[in-house]
Amino acid sequence: MSKISVSNLNFFYGKAQALHDISLDIPEREVIAFVGPSGCGKSTFLRTLNRMNDTIPSARVEGQVLIDGKNIYEANTDVASLRRKVGMVFQKSNPFPKSIFENVAYGVRINGIHKDKADLNVRVEKALHDAALLDEVKDRMNTSAFGLSGGQQQRLCIARALAVQPEVILMDEPASALDPIATQKIEELVVELKKQYTIVIVTHNMQQAARVSDRTAFFMLGKLVEVNPTQKMFTNPDEKLTEDYVTGRFG
Amino acid sequence: MIMTTLTAACAFGVVAVLLLVLSYIAYQGITSLTFQFLIETPKPVGEGGGIGNAIVGSLILLGLASLVGIPFGIAVGTYLAEMGDGWFGTIVRFVADTMIGIPSIVFGVFVYALVVLQQGYFSTLAGCVALALIMIPIVTRTTEEMIRLVPKSMREGALALGAPQWRVTKDIVIPAAMTGIATGAMLSVARVLGETAPLLFTAFGSRFYNIYLDEPMASLTVQIYNYAISPFEEWHDKAWAATLVLVTLILLINIIVRFITRKKY
Amino acid sequence: MSSETTDNGLSDGEFSVAKPKQNNILGDKIFRFALTVCAAIILLIVLAMIAVMAQSSWLSLKEFGFGFLVGQVWDPVKGEFGALPFIYGTMVSAILALLIATPISIGVAVFLVEQAPKSLARPMAFLVELLAAIPSVVYGLWAIFVLAPILRVYVQPFLQKTLGFLPFFQGTATGIGMLTGGIILAIMITPIITAVVRDILEAVPVTQREASLALGATKWETTKIVLANASSGIAGAIVLGLGRAIGETMAITMIIGNRPQISASLFDPAYTIASVIANEFTEATGDLYLSALVEMGLILFLVTFIVNGLAKLLILSVARRTA
Repeated sequence: MSKISVSNLNFFYGKAQALHDISLDIPEREVIAFVGPSGCGKSTFLRTLNRMNDTIPSARVEGQVLIDGKNIYEANTDVASLRRKVGMVFQKSNPFPKSIFENVAYGVRINGIHKDKADLNVRVEKALHDAALLDEVKDRMNTSAFGLSGGQQQRLCIARALAVQPEVILMDEPASALDPIATQKIEELVVELKKQYTIVIVTHNMQQAARVSDRTAFFMLGKLVEVNPTQKMFTNPDEKLTEDYVTGRFG
Repeated sequence: MIMTTLTAACAFGVVAVLLLVLSYIAYQGITSLTFQFLIETPKPVGEGGGIGNAIVGSLILLGLASLVGIPFGIAVGTYLAEMGDGWFGTIVRFVADTMIGIPSIVFGVFVYALVVLQQGYFSTLAGCVALALIMIPIVTRTTEEMIRLVPKSMREGALALGAPQWRVTKDIVIPAAMTGIATGAMLSVARVLGETAPLLFTAFGSRFYNIYLDEPMASLTVQIYNYAISPFEEWHDKAWAATLVLVTLILLINIIVRFITRKKY
Repeated sequence: MSSETTDNGLSDGEFSVAKPKQNNILGDKIFRFALTVCAAIILLIVLAMIAVMAQSSWLSLKEFGFGFLVGQVWDPVKGEFGALPFIYGTMVSAILALLIATPISIGVAVFLVEQAPKSLARPMAFLVELLAAIPSVVYGLWAIFVLAPILRVYVQPFLQKTLGFLPFFQGTATGIGMLTGGIILAIMITPIITAVVRDILEAVPVTQREASLALGATKWETTKIVLANASSGIAGAIVLGLGRAIGETMAITMIIGNRPQISASLFDPAYTIASVIANEFTEATGDLYLSALVEMGLILFLVTFIVNGLAKLLILSVARRTA
């Protein structure tokens, strides 16, 4: 069974339809990249997977999104625990105005995952380690997260997402605001995290999609044009439109 | 050129009025300001006396009013910022805004009719209610503004971790806006510290040290008023000295707030 | 890590974790409910103000009806209460204050936003704001001992000599009266009008200024265009100042002379609604007397509520256009 299974998904902002009839299966422990020109709906689609669009009052969803076989848009879904299971990393790093430790510990605390204080420490350290940040911050865990560099802040946000033990991680252009070196670190991290998590990553950077993903999905004007193994997508796509886009003829 | 000269004259003129008022207060106030004056209770003309009980009274009135007014104002401001976009929120926002402009003496009249008439006596409690009512809309306004400044991305970060809405507001949004909320609260304290009219017939005033809720309570402003409108020169000097104390406190709060917010922007 | 995903309480097809899912939803509901109640209390307070004051002034409302607003006699001994002298005193002192404060405030705001260098504008803006932080009773004290003597000795004789043929400047120059009251009110509302006009001028997009300058307009001509475009906002600022002037109590009570009369001369003492409440409330003997004073409070409440609401709408209309 697929980890995520989307069928016939339509999405509206008020009267404007942003996504048209999207169906897509994502197996467990796959990295899938969403690419496409800006405004094509790739971020909107990503945010339907953890119901982040719920915060927009006029948003409306049709169709279904199954995660582990259960429709997350059912009326009795507990959105909070859905989001715990489907973590998210944002385009711009968004640490909380708290210490580094508290940033990572926050999700653990609110979800009541830890057994005691010692267990909390272990979990925070492990998350920071998995996000490849521990060595850089272990001496200043109690200082403000705002003191970190942009790349470090983004990895802190990844650590924060990992600490609540999600099964899926959604990444919305996680490296778009970072310099090449910080970007490379994030990409290495994605490859590493793939061993344990299902990862959906939105990117506008073709090379990045090629480097990190198993499969790539190409969106345009709110429609899913093509989804194929990344290798094939960049060498021999099925659709003419995809070929035009990946070879840089528009976008 | 002529216009610039005119506008500059306006600006410097207004600032000059401020400096004139302040320097005159300092000049007049400093002569009668002694330690005795700061701790004694008022006495008949010619026997000295001071504003000790008025200082304590103002602090008690202010403290109790803050205890109610500030949390309540923060709650309403949070409501307006986080869930106040519907028609109900619009009405509440409009009413709170308009409430800021209601003359403070009207709150005095209201509380007199509501509390003093029912109880049959002037009281600290009535004074606190009047002051709290003045604070609430001020704190509401600044709280809403400050919470709206918290970036959406920060909320989404917490929501994405599985935090329910109320935890996001309580753990992330309010702490992120705390500096601004605190300065708003301090400004509201400075504002009611200078209020006289709503206390005239609620807390009324007193010549003694008092800590009881159901007795009249002295305050700096009412004491200044009483000293000022008396026919005795000695009491006028006391009015200036008490004014120096009051204005120093209020300006200190304003300058501290200024310093805090300067660092942020 | 992968082994831990099984001991976190999640099984396939379930989103609930260690805590029951009801907790989150219930927490949100309680939170929303509590905050909504607080917001509703604000409305209740305002409604209660109207109800309580209407009830407490019922005797007077019943006895005098609309006649209260036009009655010219205020005689507590005979039980005759008419509010006209107070309404007159309030309106004239407020208008006097606006006439003085409006041009000055606009001048200050234009200087701070358009003309002064940033290094000067910031501290000056702060000092102007501080003017609003000084308590009313302090302005009253200052007016009694500084402003009134200056007016009595220098300004009023001068006005009498030059403009004495006008009815406004006749009578005895005592320094206590309508003119002094209007001036002290003007000082008190200047920072308020200035602040709103500043906000409006600062909200004007740079592009609009540049467009005007690019057409060859001078800086002052540009400012005039900016001001003209913001005229409803400036009107709002003035109305806001009016609301504040109407409700000012302590300073005006200490300086206006407190005599309920309608006199053309600005040198004569007068009385305002707020002042009569402040002065006579605690000594009001008899239910009708108290009731009449509470009715004064109710009038003040309704008038300032409407005036402030109007000011807010005017200011909002500009904010909406520039947004």
